[in-house]
This record gives sequence, C-alpha cells and structure tokens, in this order.
Amino acid sequence: MSRAELPQDERTGRMGHQGHPGHSGLPRRPEREAEGGEPAPDRDGEPDEARRRPSPLWTLGLFRSELTVTFRRWRTLALLAVLAAVPLLVGIAVKVETGDGGPAGDGGGGGEGPAFIGQVTNNGLFLVFTALAATLPFFLPMAVGVVAGDSVAGEASAGTLRYLLVAPAGRTRLLLAKFTAILAFCLAATLTVAVSALAVGALLFPLGEVILLSGTTVPLADGMLRALAIAVAVAASLVGLAALGLFVSTLTNSGIAAMATTVGLLITVQILGAIPQLDAIHPYLFPHQWMSFADLLRDPVHWDDLLDNLRLQGLYAAVFGSAAWARFTGRDITV
Amino acid sequence: MQPPPASDTVVEARGLTKRYRGGQLAVDGLDLAVPRGSVFGFLGPNGSGKTTTIRMLLGLIEPGGGSARLLGEPMPDAARRVLPRVGALIEGPAPYGFLSGRDNLLRLDAADPTADPRTRAARVGEALERVGLTAAARKKARAYSLGMKQRLGLAAALLRPRELLVLDEPTNGLDPQGMREIRSLVRELAGDGTTVFLSSHLLDEIEQVCTHAAVMARGRLLTQGPVAELAAGARGRLAVTTPDTADAARVLKEYGVTAPTVVGDRVTGELPPSDPPDPAEVNAALVRAGVRVRAFGTERASLEDAFVALTGEGFDVAG
Repeated sequence: MSRAELPQDERTGRMGHQGHPGHSGLPRRPEREAEGGEPAPDRDGEPDEARRRPSPLWTLGLFRSELTVTFRRWRTLALLAVLAAVPLLVGIAVKVETGDGGPAGDGGGGGEGPAFIGQVTNNGLFLVFTALAATLPFFLPMAVGVVAGDSVAGEASAGTLRYLLVAPAGRTRLLLAKFTAILAFCLAATLTVAVSALAVGALLFPLGEVILLSGTTVPLADGMLRALAIAVAVAASLVGLAALGLFVSTLTNSGIAAMATTVGLLITVQILGAIPQLDAIHPYLFPHQWMSFADLLRDPVHWDDLLDNLRLQGLYAAVFGSAAWARFTGRDITV
Repeated sequence: MQPPPASDTVVEARGLTKRYRGGQLAVDGLDLAVPRGSVFGFLGPNGSGKTTTIRMLLGLIEPGGGSARLLGEPMPDAARRVLPRVGALIEGPAPYGFLSGRDNLLRLDAADPTADPRTRAARVGEALERVGLTAAARKKARAYSLGMKQRLGLAAALLRPRELLVLDEPTNGLDPQGMREIRSLVRELAGDGTTVFLSSHLLDEIEQVCTHAAVMARGRLLTQGPVAELAAGARGRLAVTTPDTADAARVLKEYGVTAPTVVGDRVTGELPPSDPPDPAEVNAALVRAGVRVRAFGTERASLEDAFVALTGEGFDVAG
C-alpha cells in the first residue's frame, strides 16, 4: 500500500512529514474522531515511524535560522563594514605619518593615540592589537549594543515576534537563539576588526618576529596565535553588554528605543568609569577590565585581570540573562 | 444553542477575561465553543476585544481570568504541544522585508521544533503554490503588495496540515478576485476537515463562508451559534422602490410592516414576526393606492440585521 492510498484519517495524526499541507483538490471529510494527540498507528513500518517523531536536533533549526537572519540583515553587514574600515584608516594614517620610514609618534612613547601604535611600522601584526584597542572602548560595543538591543524589540515592532511565537518557537528557546546569535555577532565583529587589521598590516608594513610587552621576542606564528587569543578575549569582553542589551530589548516594543538605550547605557558606564572619584564602583562596571587583553602579550601571560574580566562578564550574563528570561517569558505580546 | 461535548470542541473559552493596565476591560467573561469541523465566524466592531481574545487563545497574552483550551489542551501551558497543529494569521501579515517570501516561510518553519527539516523546502514550495505566490517566491517581501503579504501570511499558516486555522481578517487588503480566492481556499480547507476560526468585519463574507458565528461587542459575547439560526432570529424585510414614498410607507404600515424607513426612492420595513402578510397582497394594495412601483421584493434576514438587532447599532460603530 503506497502512502498516497492511505485514507485521510491515517495520515493526519502527525503530518509534518508529509510535505503535502492538505490535499486541496478533492473535498474530503475525514472520518477521524477527535484525537488525543497520539500519533495514529502506522503500517508503513520503521522508517515512517521514525519520521513521525520530531528529532531533538530539529530544535536547532531556529538557532541556525537566527544566525542566518542576523547576518543577512543589511544593518549587520554595514556595522561589520564600518568595523573593517577602522584598521584601514589607522593603517593608512600611520603609513602617511611615517612616510619617511621613521617610527610613528616620537618613537612610540608619546602617549598619544591607541596602545601599540608606535610598533605598527616595525611589525604589521601590531595593527591588530592597535585596531582592537582602538575599537574596544566604543565602536565594537556600540555595534553589539545595536544588534543586541534590536534582537527582541525589533521583532516585536516588526510584528514578526507573534508569528515566531505561534510557530511555536517557545519563548525560552527563542531567547536562547537570540543570545546565541548576539554572541556570534560579538565574535564576528571582533574577528572582522582583527582580520581586516592583519590584512592591512601585512599590506602596508613588514611582518616579523614579535617583541612582547615583557621584552621577550617570539616568532611570528606565536604572535599570530596570541593575536587570535586576543580577538577571542575581546569578543568575550562584550558578553556582559550583550546580555544587558538583550534584557533592554525585552523591555520595549521599539527596536530603536532598545538600541538607543543600550548604547546610552554603554556611554554612561564608560563615563562613570572615567571618573576617579567613583573608584569604589569601578570594579563592577562591565568595561572595567576590557584592556586586560594586553596581558596576553606578556611572557608568561598575566592571567589575573583576564580571568577577572571573564568572571565579571559571566556575572553580567547571568544576571541580565535571567532578568531577560523572567521578563520575556511572562510578558504579554500585544503587537 | 446546546454546547457540543468537549472532545468535539477545538476552541473553548470559559469566563475568559483580560483587563489591560489602564484598567479597561478588553474581554469580559467570554464563553466560546467552536465545534470541530466548523467554519466559525468571529464578528464584532473594532475594539470589541476580538484580537485580544485571539491572542489569549494562542498564548500570546496571559488571560486575567478564566481559561482557554485549544484542541482540548489548556493554553498557554500546552502551547508547544498544541500550536504545531494550529495555523494562524494574527492582525495582518508581518514578513521580514529583507527576506524573500520563500525565506520568510523557511524561517517560520524552522521556528517550529516539530517540523521536519527534510521536507521543509517541499512544504514551503507547496504552501507558496497554494496561495499563488510561486512566481514571487524569490522576491524580497518588502516589495510585496499588502495583498501578497496577506497571501504569504496565509502560506505560513498552511506550512503543515493543521487541525485548526485561526485567521484574523484574512481578506484585508485583497482585491475582489483575491478575496474570492481566499474564500474558496477557506471552503476547501474546511472540506478537508480543518476547523477554521475566522474573524472578519465583513458580515457578508461571514455569511458566505461560515457555518457558525459568534458576535462580540464591548468585550462581551452577545451570541453564538449556527449562522442560519442567528439570521433566523432577525426578521425579514420588505423593500419597495417608488417615487411615491410617502404613500408606500402608509400602505406598508397598514399591512403590519413595522418602522418603514425611506431612503431616496426606497422604502424598507420589517415584516412582522408572526403571521406576515402575503407580499402579493401588499403589492396589489400598493398599486390600488396609486403607488407607482418600480421594484418590489422581500429580503431574507441577513446577519447584519441580526447584528443590528443584537447591538442596536450599525456594525461599523466602535463600541
């Protein structure tokens, strides 16, 4: 008996596998009684039985979809393009400034410009560190704030949130997928800066052995590995802000308001962090240990501040992640 | 109307209540029973609480009181078990403008953890075919007209065979041809055994498509039951088109026609509920009285008459 000949009542118990959303041509009344949610007995044997039961892996479809949607947005690509342009600008500026071959900024000790900028002319790899140090205080977190702030609120204001929820995406699952996509964006944004800086650095300046902050010299390959580790550390620094942005995003139905609030909070926190009189609260601000990534350029690596930073980001993720969950799962979706 | 037994009721609300933060009662003690296999029209003026009810039924907002059951299971607790078997179009379509129609459907299908990814592409293709969007499937949804977006929303509701379709104003924004297509699609789906819960502000649409209807006003349910019974509750009308409207109204009154009203050259009045006069007699009397009749006829009571009788006001007046 082929599938097509099965009477309607045997094909409707769980119909997701069919690929035929109803057969419209023929008006047909099923004799099926009200069903209790149990799959109808299946005579086709094992393979069909297996197809009826949803696989736990199917739940990952939403995560993949979320990643695709995040990175297909024009806005995401524009943010990444801006981030990629920063190392190019810095690289060109350094090149123009030192056109005669001399070191930039009075031998690198002038105290002007981002960290490591004086080393760039000797070793293009330092443009990676310079670019990350230049974008971490504002450009990178602003981009993350935009993406995180818009994540839930943007779907709410577009009305797509209600369709995701009746799909049904499940509120907890949707929030997890959103947070995953934001974290992926943190990493993608950081890697964009790093890769762009490496390309520009290799193009405009020589590459070679790396002199670490502690004075030791390591081969280029080791330096590249450290650059990758630094990019990951920078991306991890953004986790706290990502969770904060996600929480803000669950508070409102306006994507613009959520983005503005998140970026506003970032600026406020950065200002608070710059006021020496507020020393007491500084260890609790999420950007407090952001520059700890430079400790990866020591030999041996200076872990204290790096781990401090990770703990702080983890704490922010836990607190604001829970707050976002509590808010989102209990909320009326009225748009 | 006798409520059907619980197992044959796909949508059931008991004392469903929602009060918004401002203190305004949006839905007030709503009792609703939608029988399996029916095409159920949900009627009411704007602001009467229809959409709030639909949102509570689908678990988007938490009821303030009472209970809602969908396919026999409590909402919103059983949302993840029940909603894969329910297709919904809520308060207009909302596609991602930067995604193509096809990608929109792929995303919504991926959001359903019980939808098989191996048949996803095929099911999306068929849903698009069914609503006539195949040709525009690869166009970005922001380039769609409202009617095309509406079709895309319907396609999303048809991604999988559903036991229940909740369609909120499904013909909004469609041209007459599109409306007809949607109506025939709804009939077709109902023919396949899908229960359709349809909210609309177009009374004649409900009358054409629905087997059952419920009428809401100011957050309360006024009535529910089979459409034929609801319409039968209202009285038939007699209409005369004539230049001699005053004389015509007088003659109609003599034959027991109540409250004749004159609009232009048309006189209409309600036939008395018991022992209505023979229209032939009335027509002869009109002619005897020297009334020049251009057109004459009885009109079956419509749902609109029933609605006016229930609410005492026109349908388009917000509560």
